[in-house]
Amino acid sequence: MQFAINISYIVAAILFVFGIKMLGSATTAVKGNRISSLGMLLAVVATLARSGLGYEWIAGGILSGAVIGFIAAKRVQMTGMPELVALFNGFGGLASLLVGWAEYEKARPDWTAYLQLDENSAVPAPWFSAIVIVLAIVIGGITFTGSIIAYLKLSGKIGGTATVFPGQKMLNLLLMVGLVAVGALFTITVEGVNAQFLFLSTVALSLLIGMLGVMPIGGGDMPVVIALLNSFSGLAAAAAGFVISNTVLVVAGCLVGASGLILTVIMCKAMNRTLGNVLFGGFGATSGGGSKQVEGEMKGISVEDAYYVLEAAQSVVFVPGYGMAVAQAQHAVKELAEILERNGAEVRHAVHPVAGRMPGHMNVLLAEADVAYEQLCEMDDVNAIISTVDVAIVIGANDVVNPSAVDDESSPIYGMPIINVHQAKTVFALKRGQGAGFSGLVNTLFFRDNCRMIYGDAKATVSSLVSQFDD
Amino acid sequence: MELILLLFTFTLAAFLGFELVSKVPSQLHTPLMSGSNAISGITIVGALIAAGQMEGNLSKWLGFAALVLATINVVGGYMVTDRMLSMFKAKKND
Repeated sequence: MQFAINISYIVAAILFVFGIKMLGSATTAVKGNRISSLGMLLAVVATLARSGLGYEWIAGGILSGAVIGFIAAKRVQMTGMPELVALFNGFGGLASLLVGWAEYEKARPDWTAYLQLDENSAVPAPWFSAIVIVLAIVIGGITFTGSIIAYLKLSGKIGGTATVFPGQKMLNLLLMVGLVAVGALFTITVEGVNAQFLFLSTVALSLLIGMLGVMPIGGGDMPVVIALLNSFSGLAAAAAGFVISNTVLVVAGCLVGASGLILTVIMCKAMNRTLGNVLFGGFGATSGGGSKQVEGEMKGISVEDAYYVLEAAQSVVFVPGYGMAVAQAQHAVKELAEILERNGAEVRHAVHPVAGRMPGHMNVLLAEADVAYEQLCEMDDVNAIISTVDVAIVIGANDVVNPSAVDDESSPIYGMPIINVHQAKTVFALKRGQGAGFSGLVNTLFFRDNCRMIYGDAKATVSSLVSQFDD
Repeated sequence: MELILLLFTFTLAAFLGFELVSKVPSQLHTPLMSGSNAISGITIVGALIAAGQMEGNLSKWLGFAALVLATINVVGGYMVTDRMLSMFKAKKND
């Protein structure tokens, strides 16, 4: 039986690999996700076939979890996707922590008896079990509270800006040193009298560090944070896999850990910042001055005049940012794009990799509004043809189209790759007011000669452009 | 010996993960993330074993809580990814 279970685990791992592989292409992604879920089902069924399991609690746990997960997945709005993913991610992390804890409780009364069951540990020594349990607790705990804070920030339940206070970095550093010390002491004295106290301190410190670690990170840096937490949740599962010496946990957890890490690196590159700078920089709280004086003024344009320009345009690019999500303007944008196409213009949607609050956020919203996949263009593809574009319509995006990143070496975002809309013939910037973006920087795009501002709610503005065409 | 095998598996899986994901287009980053997030719910296997113990009071409760959370992660994660991906459609030929 054990042999059959292990074979099933291998098959499950293969299904995960194929699933992730197929998620990488639009034509196969739906199938890939289903294949990966099949792998999960197989892993669960194989585990249930183990001898000596009581099924009452298992049935209760699976049933209640499945109902909650089902309802949450059915009800979520596409704009609410980042916070839901953050929440699920946190649950995964906490589950790994609890698996580690449950294993510790199993071993605590009698380590000798625990280690004699050879399925329990890869190395029959208390210190080894203790180390991997601590890893599962620490990574799982940080993932859990970090994700919960990210969830609260993304859903607007607490302020999305960076929360910083004096001595914060020092405090976090001290807590981390404390965590390492307590965790190390626990593994050394795992059979001692204070072990349980040390264990609980490890749990508490991990939870605290996850919380305080994400607090100082602002909303615009969330794509990086979510990608990193995603990676952590995988590593926590892998650590739990070492605890119960189970290969499928190690493989699947590690795959997720690696993929999350790659996404993190991609996001950092798209912001031209290092991971350390994102995590410890407190960006947005300290506004980097020293930019050179902006010349000229912002020039507004009425919806009617904008309509005449658009009517004559042969080529139009939409550049959506988080503002489009806030205004829920994606359906109106799709409508306008359709009208422009019927009018003979070539329409593209250019999405910056870090636009929005999670990697690829804007693409999901536009896809929800039925925009065809081929019209969703990557930054580099649009930049290659940007000078031939008649009108670029920037909707609630700011830093990702700020030309200071290209031409102002004193700017804090200098070197960050942007969508070069300032090279288009005309730019319409849809914006709520005259304020600065997330980073607090002045956007020199708005002062350029080829840029016209259309103030007001993005959805209302786009809708009134649509009705101009209808008349 | 078994530890070495586990570490070996871990290392190979890491390289495999890097290879698989490095060429995904940015349009698909959100579904990729939520899909891989569902996979990280694999910890459900550990939760099942802990919740299905015949004895062990606290340990069993911890396992039960882990099972509920991991199931939410798995079921919710896969469903939401499926919902998102089914919206990425190619242009209709009309």
